[in-house]
Amino acid sequence: MRIEMKNIHKSFGANKVLDGVYFTLEPGEVHALMGENGAGKSTLMNILTGLHKKDNGKIVIDGKETDFQSPKEAEDAGIMFIHQELNIWPEMTVLENLFIGKEATNKLGILNTKKMKALAKDVFKRLGMTLPLEQEAGLCSVGEQQMIEIAKALMTDAKVIIMDEPTSALTDREIQRLFQLMESLKKDGVSIVYISHRMEEIFTICDRITIMRDGKTVHTSPIKETNFDEVVKKMVGRELKDRFPERRPKPGKIVFEVKNLTRKGYFENIHFSLRSGEILGISGLMGAGRTEIMRSLFGIDPLDEGEIFIDGQKVTIKNPYDAVRKHMAFATENRKEEGLILDFSIRENISLPNLFSLAPKGIVQSEEEEKFVDMMSKRLKIKTSSIEEAAGNLSGGNQQKVVIAKWIGIGPKVLILDEPTRGIDVGAKREIYQLMNELTDRGMGIIMISSELPEILGMSDRILVIHEGKIAGELQGKEADQETIMTLATGGKLHEHTNN
Amino acid sequence: MNTQTTKRPLSQVFSKLGPLIALVLLFVVVAILNPSFLAPLNILNLLRQVSINALIAFGMTFVILTGGIDLSVGSMLALSSALMAGMIVSGMDPILAIIVSVLLGTLMGMFNGLLITKGKMAPFIATLATMTIYRGLTLVYTDGNPITGLGNHYTFQLFGQGYFLGIPVPAITMIITFAILWFVLHKTSFGRKTYAIGGNEKAAIISGIQVNRVKWMIYGLAGTMSALAGAILTSRLNSAEPTAGTAYEMDAIAAVVLGGTSLSGGRGRIFGTLIGALIIGTLNNGLNLLGVSSFYQQVVKGVVILIAVLIDRRKA
Repeated sequence: MRIEMKNIHKSFGANKVLDGVYFTLEPGEVHALMGENGAGKSTLMNILTGLHKKDNGKIVIDGKETDFQSPKEAEDAGIMFIHQELNIWPEMTVLENLFIGKEATNKLGILNTKKMKALAKDVFKRLGMTLPLEQEAGLCSVGEQQMIEIAKALMTDAKVIIMDEPTSALTDREIQRLFQLMESLKKDGVSIVYISHRMEEIFTICDRITIMRDGKTVHTSPIKETNFDEVVKKMVGRELKDRFPERRPKPGKIVFEVKNLTRKGYFENIHFSLRSGEILGISGLMGAGRTEIMRSLFGIDPLDEGEIFIDGQKVTIKNPYDAVRKHMAFATENRKEEGLILDFSIRENISLPNLFSLAPKGIVQSEEEEKFVDMMSKRLKIKTSSIEEAAGNLSGGNQQKVVIAKWIGIGPKVLILDEPTRGIDVGAKREIYQLMNELTDRGMGIIMISSELPEILGMSDRILVIHEGKIAGELQGKEADQETIMTLATGGKLHEHTNN
Repeated sequence: MNTQTTKRPLSQVFSKLGPLIALVLLFVVVAILNPSFLAPLNILNLLRQVSINALIAFGMTFVILTGGIDLSVGSMLALSSALMAGMIVSGMDPILAIIVSVLLGTLMGMFNGLLITKGKMAPFIATLATMTIYRGLTLVYTDGNPITGLGNHYTFQLFGQGYFLGIPVPAITMIITFAILWFVLHKTSFGRKTYAIGGNEKAAIISGIQVNRVKWMIYGLAGTMSALAGAILTSRLNSAEPTAGTAYEMDAIAAVVLGGTSLSGGRGRIFGTLIGALIIGTLNNGLNLLGVSSFYQQVVKGVVILIAVLIDRRKA
């Protein structure tokens, strides 16, 4: 299937989102669609698949002008969109999820489970997946849920598959498997639109690239004719010398320490310490227990054993209220579910953990609140017309800044950042890295969980690798490399230096 | 950009005023059909009729904003009223009896809150159970008979029957309570936390809000409001009925919903609830004036709620 989108325009209210976009997709190619958040990538794809209506422009599919009225029509025509947000029914089984809305039935409407199981097994085999079909989907890891979504798309005999950040939650092995599959789909003439912020992947898997900025197409070419620096430059419209700002850590005394943390079935015997002004990177595979450790020490989930020390003092943390009172802060990995109240304005979100100081006698001091939020919003360069804007209307990068802003306000000694740059664009990522530098310069200790190895290597002063709920190793930031971390994360042993 | 910034507040203003516009329309229609509706005496009467449902609905607003529900409000009203009447009959000072009964109502509500927070029960189930328990306790205490013989205490009767500056005292109680709760909801951190819990409970917990404590207090408030409404009702009737307040939870929930508060929590205003209670009161009062049979009145009320919710859906 050959798709041409010509001179596409789209506005939401007075907000111009697409301003004359051109995009072509050839049969059997993997086409990278790049751009910062808010550049209009998702809107363009939503117009193609009939979720949004274009204001102006032409869509030509296989030589015929086409305008899908709904995602259903696009699906029937063979265009599948795998969205970034997962559509998983957690209480239903993997099998039920795979066939939701497309169940195989006999004439009376009774489910043909045998047939569905056979189809599911077939697609799982192609994906190299070994997930039990009768398991509740909610018990699957985020990566597995992502794979379920991909499997769903594959079962439809799609001619065009649009993937929006498909690998953000996948392990390296799953990514490799997905790439192999994409290669074989290509051979069958299936075309893939690949939206990702991960530069390495784009150069590994894609044939051509289209870059969008501010609602316009700024670049289209075969991937071989461009390079990393040019892509970044065209995406942000300015020079980005380096992805990571230089770190000049000045670690101080130990501000935070945990000993023998254990939660049965999740992690055991975890010790580590954190100095002021230090970034401690936590690496490991999806499901290794990184997030679970942080959730337990912050009092969100229970802890079976272990001691926590802040500034050398033993503390008891039974719930997040205790943690916040002890000047701990936790920006969780899923900002929409746990970080923000989407209906709340930027102002209300930022002041939420700061109410004890903004409302000392229970009455919110509006003037102080406004000043405080204004200051925070300027300091973090949150892009918005007003601090009264609802958090739900912001782009991913700005939402993340709001989450960090609300925590900086409490003056934390320890700031835990779980996947701080997941799903946000290059420009905003760098801003967040700079902010991390600024915060550690002021003596804050940061614990950063990240699945992106370049981020771990680029920002951490010290790295803790977790494997199956245990500490597999600790590395100094400078001596670490991708290979060492992956060896530890997959349960391998490092060769002793003396042996080498 | 300019059109956007001017347009959005306008539509927001409209959605905020939606319930108010509905109330005004209703007023006009009823007044045209029967001009005596607008007689000052009738309007004052309307305010007094509304006050009991409004007070319960104020408490219900907080509960619903957190994403919860309280089905036991009518039973808490009955039990606290019966206990109050019992205390008065046994010789307690009626004003003190009011205070004690309102505190007892708070405790009943807090018990609901305890079941919901510490007991981790769904609010619907927990308050469905206590609705039956509190009603049962009322029947046990009263032996199924009204408690009368509350005497002729002037201040006590003033509470439900009297006038101050020509305005019925229950209406004044309603307005003062509204003003206090409006302030709490919109100007205090407690109010902010109420919205936060309904907006995203997980995010609220992680932000260090003591969600259980806030909820517990909110269910306590619902009990307080029910008992206060009960005191007004008892003073007005000069007796406590064991079946008082039956199905009051429905009128309270209706007032909250008519006022534009979302049953899933996080969105809504207490001003809307006041208007919602007035809409229900106007319907009751107007339909009576127009001589509509009480059977049809129920049908009309239900239809009005459906229309209001349908309009609200379309806006969203």
